[in-house]
Amino acid sequence: MTGLPAMHPGPGPVPVLALGDVLLVTLQGELHDGAAEQLQHDISRRIASSPMPVAGVVIDLSGVEIIDSFLGRVLAEIAASARLLAARTTLAGMRPAVAITLVELGLTLPGLSTALNVEKALSLLGRASSAAPTAHLEEGA
Amino acid sequence: MHAPITATTRLPIGSDADLAWVRQQVRQSAADLGFNLVQQTKLVTAASELARNALVHGGGGHMEMTVLAEGTHRGLRLSFVDAGPGIRDVELAMTDGYTTGGGLGMGLSGAKRLVKEFALDSRPGQGTTVTITDWVSGLPAPRTGAP
Repeated sequence: MTGLPAMHPGPGPVPVLALGDVLLVTLQGELHDGAAEQLQHDISRRIASSPMPVAGVVIDLSGVEIIDSFLGRVLAEIAASARLLAARTTLAGMRPAVAITLVELGLTLPGLSTALNVEKALSLLGRASSAAPTAHLEEGA
Repeated sequence: MHAPITATTRLPIGSDADLAWVRQQVRQSAADLGFNLVQQTKLVTAASELARNALVHGGGGHMEMTVLAEGTHRGLRLSFVDAGPGIRDVELAMTDGYTTGGGLGMGLSGAKRLVKEFALDSRPGQGTTVTITDWVSGLPAPRTGAP
């Protein structure tokens, strides 16, 4: 099968990256409704089937230009199902214009904590910043 | 009409991908007209809600996007048209939290809050048209130096 080009993340599944005991999801550009629902499913399955307990999920929204009530509902449901599976969810990097719009739209996101960026989200979850994606392999003795 | 029409675009609403395309086109037009970032974000969010309503509740339809000019004042009018079952009780449908589609029930009421003008026309059995209009805010033209 020929996969979709990696340059065009829109319609395809969203990658879920494991960083130690944290799952990192980076949303970018146009997310189709189907991909958002798929993501919800993928995160729950990853938490449940992970060999190491997953402490938290960080969803990086810095590349997201709008959150409407559909995506808001999906984010709230991701957090709710993660919580039932003993993992905390943090939204990172929401743009100011998106935050203002969500408030006027009337959406609240119960159960979700927020952080200004991914690094702060990781420290909120109790990870040292060395767990950030840029970290190198631990040096040997 | 107090506002002469300068250009109209018609986009289909029949799938997930169409919703994404509607959002992109509204964003582009709003940016071209000089809407600031918060206004653009509100307008695109309202468009996304209404396009999804047309898709989910109306069985699909189309959006008409019209650029308005009133003197030097520029605006954007978006009409979401479907030929679905219509809305039986408009007042109820506009209530925060009321939903028949498994959503949060913020689509119509939320979209109305995000734009300056909002009009809903629905007849049972004949479909629904929702029209929203927003104008480039009266603040002085872009101050960031971008032409």
